[in-house]
Amino acid sequence: MIKGRQNIWAVLFVGPALFFTAAYLLYPTINTIGLSFMDRYSENFVGLQNFIYVFTSQTMLTAFRNNVLWLVVFTFFTVSLGLLFAILLDRVRYEKIAKTMIFMPMAISFVGAGVIWKFIYAYRPPMVDQLGILNQVVIWLGGEPIGWLIERPWVNNLALIVVGIWIWTGFCMVILSAAYRGIPQEIIEAAKVDGATEWQKFRHVVLPSMKPTIIVVAVTMVVNVLKIFDIVYVMTNGQFGTEVIANRMYKEMFAFTNFGRASAIATVLFLLIVPVIIFNVRRMKEEGA
Amino acid sequence: MESRNLFMRMLMHAVIIIMVLIWVVPTLGILISSIRPASDVLNTGWWTVFKSPLEVTQFTVENYESIIERAGMGTAFRNSVIIASVGTLLPVTTAAFAAFGFSRLNFWGKRFLFGIIIGLIVVPLQMTFIPVLRVYHQVGLSGTFLGVWLAHTAYGLPFAVFMLHNFFSALPRDLFEAAYIDGASLLSVFFRIALPLSVPALASLIIFQFLWVWNDLLVSLIYLGGTRDVAPLTVRLASLVGSYGQDWHLLTAAAFISIVVPVVVFIGLQKYFVRGILAGSVKS
Repeated sequence: MIKGRQNIWAVLFVGPALFFTAAYLLYPTINTIGLSFMDRYSENFVGLQNFIYVFTSQTMLTAFRNNVLWLVVFTFFTVSLGLLFAILLDRVRYEKIAKTMIFMPMAISFVGAGVIWKFIYAYRPPMVDQLGILNQVVIWLGGEPIGWLIERPWVNNLALIVVGIWIWTGFCMVILSAAYRGIPQEIIEAAKVDGATEWQKFRHVVLPSMKPTIIVVAVTMVVNVLKIFDIVYVMTNGQFGTEVIANRMYKEMFAFTNFGRASAIATVLFLLIVPVIIFNVRRMKEEGA
Repeated sequence: MESRNLFMRMLMHAVIIIMVLIWVVPTLGILISSIRPASDVLNTGWWTVFKSPLEVTQFTVENYESIIERAGMGTAFRNSVIIASVGTLLPVTTAAFAAFGFSRLNFWGKRFLFGIIIGLIVVPLQMTFIPVLRVYHQVGLSGTFLGVWLAHTAYGLPFAVFMLHNFFSALPRDLFEAAYIDGASLLSVFFRIALPLSVPALASLIIFQFLWVWNDLLVSLIYLGGTRDVAPLTVRLASLVGSYGQDWHLLTAAAFISIVVPVVVFIGLQKYFVRGILAGSVKS
């Protein structure tokens, strides 16, 4: 093997990647943590003032509440619907086409999905024809049209979360369906021989074998939720009490040019995400070992 | 017992078909609306076309004409192509070199440096915007394609290096030893052995990165701003939502233009996409 000169080769092969990650990720991260203790123009040290704002102001508390709502509802539905599809579609002949349909929103941008769903939720007064299909369905069922993106606090936030679920369920389905196929046939057959019902098989054989994968997928969804931005930006821009953490950061940065607060929000986001990802990496390693 | 089984199967098919319909209807809605005349779109629901689906004269391409020319979706499409092509090739190439270096070379601080690059996966992009944008303003990179290409390269690297490193490390050692004994240089081992063997992994990564960059809103919003001559489809579409609010005939056409490329790429290359997802999230 080539020896000795490897350090020079190493610089050529690894150097560019090191430069990019250091300049765009490592240095800015450290810098942003520093800026979070400075005032809006990064001139004077202000101690914990920005963090006090982050944890006490009404808008930020609304954003945290919404992120928690996202976290619970989005994670629960993406994972359980993904699991449901993984198991049900394994039993039908049109599996492939059905999976493609459910997976397809993953290819669409959040912005595109935002516009698509804004049209679904479109609201017009009861006396004229509805343009949004959801309100039309409500009318067919005998109800009154609803301002899906305006009714706060639950209807509009849940309406946004549905868009996220629509996009990400396919991702969960793909991973969970690979795990489902990985369950050794003998175990399932053994349960059948013992006379287990479908539900018992699911509860005592399928679910325990898939548990590690389900946890990894759920945690991946949690990380997504914490960073959620585009859907809210396009559909409501945080109006009517739909703010989330990442939107607040963007607004503090661009609309209010308060770099101290924006940095503090980013730092909090970072501190929320790090332990979640470390947890996931640990689990993956345990699984691999 | 038999009839109960049959009932359960029917129920299962019904559940699946309803769910699949829920997943397809939203996209179908914008596709149909985008080819209806403005007066129809703004007065009746798109589902009313199913009353007389064979009447071809009720459809038109004029929404596309006006959105591409007047609303600048044509320019935005060109910009997306420019951003996504280089924004895919540059990070994948950089990552391939780095991953090969980390898996096949011995050098000072290797494990430590590799740990840092991979560890940066945890950094949310929000942590980087303010410092990078400040430097960009000083050196004149904000509002330029070059600025966005470099940013996408850096942001895509940790995951790309991670994925390709896994792949290169799994290639049999003997293969490389044999090549060196035959007198092959490091570069020729990289280009003639490592890269050709990694075509499936590279394909997955390229599709991943391409879809990520094509669909990205935030990075372009931060580094390009809203300027029309450089803004990609996502940024342009998001600002149309603000300015065209209720003009659904235009918004639906614009949305369809922005999703058509990724959807075609996705349907054509789904296999690689799925493989990439599985490699990135389940195995380590």
